[in-house]
Amino acid sequence: MLAQIIPGLGSLARRRGMAGKLVLVGAIITGFVVVMTVLSPILAPYNPSKINVGRPLTAPNSQFPLGTDDVGRDMLSRVIAGGGIMLQVAIVSVFVCLLIGVPLGLFSSHTGGYVDRLISLIMDSIYAFPGIILAIAFSLVLGRGVVNMALSIAVVYVPSYFRMVRGQVLSIKELPYVEAATSIGAKKRTILGRYILPNVTPSVVCVATVNFADAILTAAGLTFIGLGVPVNVPDWGWDLTNGRRLLPGGSWWVIAFPGLMIILLALGFTLMGEGLTELLNPRLEQGGEK
Amino acid sequence: MSDCMTLRTYVIARILLTIPMIFILLTSVFLVMRVLPGDPVQMHFEKMASPAVINQMRIQLGLDKPLYAQYFDYIVGLFRGDLGKSMQDYSSVGQQIFSAFPATLELAICSMLIAVLIGVFLGVEASKSYNRPKDHIIRIFGIVTYAIPVFFLGMILQMVFGVWLHWLPTGGRIAPGMAPTGLSLGGIHFSTGLYTVDSLLQGNLTEFGLSLKYLLLPSLTLGLVLCGIFIRLTRTNMFETMRLDFVTAAKARGLKDSTVTYRYILRNAFLPVLTMTGLQFALLLGGAVLTETTFSWPGLGRYLVDRINFRDYTAIQGAVVVFGIFVSIVSLIVDLLYAYLDPRIRL
Repeated sequence: MLAQIIPGLGSLARRRGMAGKLVLVGAIITGFVVVMTVLSPILAPYNPSKINVGRPLTAPNSQFPLGTDDVGRDMLSRVIAGGGIMLQVAIVSVFVCLLIGVPLGLFSSHTGGYVDRLISLIMDSIYAFPGIILAIAFSLVLGRGVVNMALSIAVVYVPSYFRMVRGQVLSIKELPYVEAATSIGAKKRTILGRYILPNVTPSVVCVATVNFADAILTAAGLTFIGLGVPVNVPDWGWDLTNGRRLLPGGSWWVIAFPGLMIILLALGFTLMGEGLTELLNPRLEQGGEK
Repeated sequence: MSDCMTLRTYVIARILLTIPMIFILLTSVFLVMRVLPGDPVQMHFEKMASPAVINQMRIQLGLDKPLYAQYFDYIVGLFRGDLGKSMQDYSSVGQQIFSAFPATLELAICSMLIAVLIGVFLGVEASKSYNRPKDHIIRIFGIVTYAIPVFFLGMILQMVFGVWLHWLPTGGRIAPGMAPTGLSLGGIHFSTGLYTVDSLLQGNLTEFGLSLKYLLLPSLTLGLVLCGIFIRLTRTNMFETMRLDFVTAAKARGLKDSTVTYRYILRNAFLPVLTMTGLQFALLLGGAVLTETTFSWPGLGRYLVDRINFRDYTAIQGAVVVFGIFVSIVSLIVDLLYAYLDPRIRL
């Protein structure tokens, strides 16, 4: 299925310059951050958790290019290593969303009737609810930790996948070639695998990339409120929360650089999502798109 | 299903739909707080109090009753406006929420206004220079502002405008003792709780200016983060409307560009903006939670976060319920307004 999408992407990227560039830029940014995080043990000049490697609250200088925080930890090392938790939470939550949202959407649209309406109503209720508040509620009950945080965030975004899949399936089912396939006796399995899934997958990919960005921002938000992961691992969200009280004293570097990294990561995924949406769902924009 | 629904039928159907949705919301909040792993009272004391103390609170809050009895109390209580008692001091959660609510309302309205104004203006500008540098820059701006964590943007603005430039206050809603009290006419006291409105009702322009000063940074923060979607929406709609015949006719008649843009095109692109405002409302409230925490704005969002730190589960439940009901009502109003303005939706 991926093989069907990728050659398609290649030719589409050529035809729609701007959108292709967005995906490329987004992928580069995201790739950069991921690689940096993975290679952080090698790249970080100091141990990011070690206190007093430098004088506390020194502004960016030649020895500590991003300064030090209030207990003397090197900010550069913390920035390099700080993406781990956020990425883990995002990956797990997107995975859970895919695992629950997509099959639920397929099932609901296939079944139809009251079951479909009931599930849609529940999903709409969740979808309409302010995301972070829902995540807070679940996070409080489930407790802290990477998986629990990811689950709390996943609850918020499952409806997006559900609606996308359900909508797509309902419109695909009406298409003539699906009807033709049914009438020559194709099994449900075949229709699902050959007609429905290949058409649904690109949209799901679009939703997933934007979902990644949202998950990262929601995770940062939860950490800011105090519901973050309680481990002594460098984390951008944690630095933002901790550095907040240092602002009136003028120590801007403690929050500025971790914050920029969060923006960068979220931006990378958003750009990819924007570009992919434009590429994979051709819209009715007429006139001179080159 | 009838082929042609009247407005009245639509209104009734839409209102009827809201009721099960609110019920699902209330029930879900109730279940989440009680049925999922973790006992609220034990978690409140973080398992450090004696069983006697835990039991006493449980009885005081009615949490020792069987589940169905609690649910019944909960639903009936909600109808009466009783949202339970705070775990911290057993005072009325409803009262606390009622006093915090206007602050959030004021922040929400102001932020949405800023988001729409900036978003629509930039969207119009972008649509006028389609695919040229200005268009790309504006689109990137919209994307980037969405990717910024709202509390981070808040902190940056606090840093720049509060700490470095000393132009604006970094937190709070008004200077101590300066809160406007609204209008008092012969014994009748009328106050909206919105400091901007109340100060105007009092005729006190100093307080009005002051309340705006405090309101500016938080609502700018939230408004900037939300404007991206309005930029994109306006840009697309403007572009689609631009191609229609009546616009070409207007231009051919020699009307000024600005007249054509604002009176002809924008007016038609406006309806989707209205719907989007309603849809964004949930996002707005979520962002308000973080913004209020950043700016120590005494609204419902900050109340929620404070209660989280106290592990005050009854208060948290109450706040979540109020948020949910608020969103449901706003989306109901927006849907009804949209149906009233656009006849196509009922057909």
